[in-house]
Amino acid sequence: MDKIDREILERVADLHKVPTGSFNIRKNGESVARNSTKDIEIVPKKNKSGIDIIVKDGVKNKSVHIPVILTLGDFHDLVYNDFYIGKDCDVTIIAGCGIHNKTCKDSQHDGVHSFHIGKNSKVKYVEKHYGTGEGSGKKILNPITKIYMKEGSCMNFESIQIGGVSSTIRKTYAKIYDHCLLNIKENILTTDNQYAKTYFKVELLGENSKCDVVSHSVAEGQSYQEFVSDMIGKNKSFGHVECDGILMDEGRIVSIPKIDAISKDASLVHEAAIGKIAGDQLIKLMSLGLSQEMAEQTIIKGFLYN
Amino acid sequence: MLEIKNLNYAVIENGAKKNILNDINLTFKDNKIYVITGHNGSGKSTLLKIIMGIAQKTDGQILFNGQDISNISINERAELGISYAFQQPVTFKGLKVKDLLDIATSEKHNLSAMCDILSKVGLCAKDYIDRALDDKLSGGELKRIELAVTLARKGKLNMFDEPEAGIDLWSFENLTALFENLKGATNIIVSHQKRILEIADEIILMSDGKVVLQGNREKVLPKLSINACGRLREVNNG
Repeated sequence: MDKIDREILERVADLHKVPTGSFNIRKNGESVARNSTKDIEIVPKKNKSGIDIIVKDGVKNKSVHIPVILTLGDFHDLVYNDFYIGKDCDVTIIAGCGIHNKTCKDSQHDGVHSFHIGKNSKVKYVEKHYGTGEGSGKKILNPITKIYMKEGSCMNFESIQIGGVSSTIRKTYAKIYDHCLLNIKENILTTDNQYAKTYFKVELLGENSKCDVVSHSVAEGQSYQEFVSDMIGKNKSFGHVECDGILMDEGRIVSIPKIDAISKDASLVHEAAIGKIAGDQLIKLMSLGLSQEMAEQTIIKGFLYN
Repeated sequence: MLEIKNLNYAVIENGAKKNILNDINLTFKDNKIYVITGHNGSGKSTLLKIIMGIAQKTDGQILFNGQDISNISINERAELGISYAFQQPVTFKGLKVKDLLDIATSEKHNLSAMCDILSKVGLCAKDYIDRALDDKLSGGELKRIELAVTLARKGKLNMFDEPEAGIDLWSFENLTALFENLKGATNIIVSHQKRILEIADEIILMSDGKVVLQGNREKVLPKLSINACGRLREVNNG
């Protein structure tokens, strides 16, 4: 791995060296390092590009890293990763993709991730996306996440785009059964002429199923973001969707929330607030000694990363 | 010492000029507590905002320890040691209590230091430093955190805009004790409350954007009429 690879791994997976435990590092369409453990097995797919990540029943306090590095222009990487989480597990999965494109041709990674979460299991899934490189070629990331949660399971999903991605269309589909909890936290920063669209479809199928989707986004420059959510309550359930956006410069954010309580016992809420940084927030921080520029940076950093 | 000379503030409302503050002349000396009182709309909060630089004077001069601060920015005034506790504390999505305390003092605090700061307003640091400064905190909690942040700055000039509003379960005694312990600084409190007025060295009464009465507490307080709730009602004639 060279300096750029190491920087990408640090940015998208907080990795400063090859991780211990189970991991798979994919670079330019191929696995360059992989390790399975007795608790978490990683098996390459035979019929298409990708891996199966199999977590045995009862595995707790373990993590698996599956970062992706792309450093080629004129390259389209498509990968299918399927996670099979046994019952009664408690695991952390760190994914993420960094693209370094110094060419004038596009570089694209599409990761299709499916989660099959067993009964009473808890999963933390962090997916960070990052683009770098001064070439005019675009850095494109189009992740698809499919989540199937069995009874009593819980998933905390953090989807973070920390900058430099020219274009992204991020789709998430979730089917949630009895007594499950799905928390989705999305943070997206776009600058310049970047484009980001996120789409969430959550079906609350089980009794006492719950889902909380909170999106914080910042659109700088002339960038454009679109947040589309479709939450459907088909049972006694609770769903909350929140989209908060900060506009800087000429940035634009469009929020299109849809909630549909098919069951009369479903309770669904959506909130959306989009606008520039509140003036009283800037004034407060300036009255504590920060310059206007520092105050803006502090507010945005906290909004996106806290 | 803060000196306000011939200060005027006007806004344009429906195409017509409206005077909010009229020819204010005040001197605030060090080591004293000044309480500015008066009915809603009398210009008290506006005066504090102009001193902090949040609102811009129409004309006049503000001197802080001899330096004309009339035209410098909010943060430059803050760097000179001017602190201001807002009447309505500001909430932030993404900033925590400890973040605001760190910003206020330009240093990273450990739990013990946070405890010293927050215990002054009756809050346990362990329970609060990682709380987001959002509307999940009650109005009273936000108000106390606002006070703690302002006090942590150890300003040379501390201004508090209706600090008693919404302090819920915390007692007035604790609040007034806080102000009485602010030695070595100039303190200006905007308040309607008798118990705050009672700790003033000097009281300034404002009405319709003017200073109508000022002097030491013993002289001014008997002239103010306070209602049953301990709030300023009116000025007694004579």
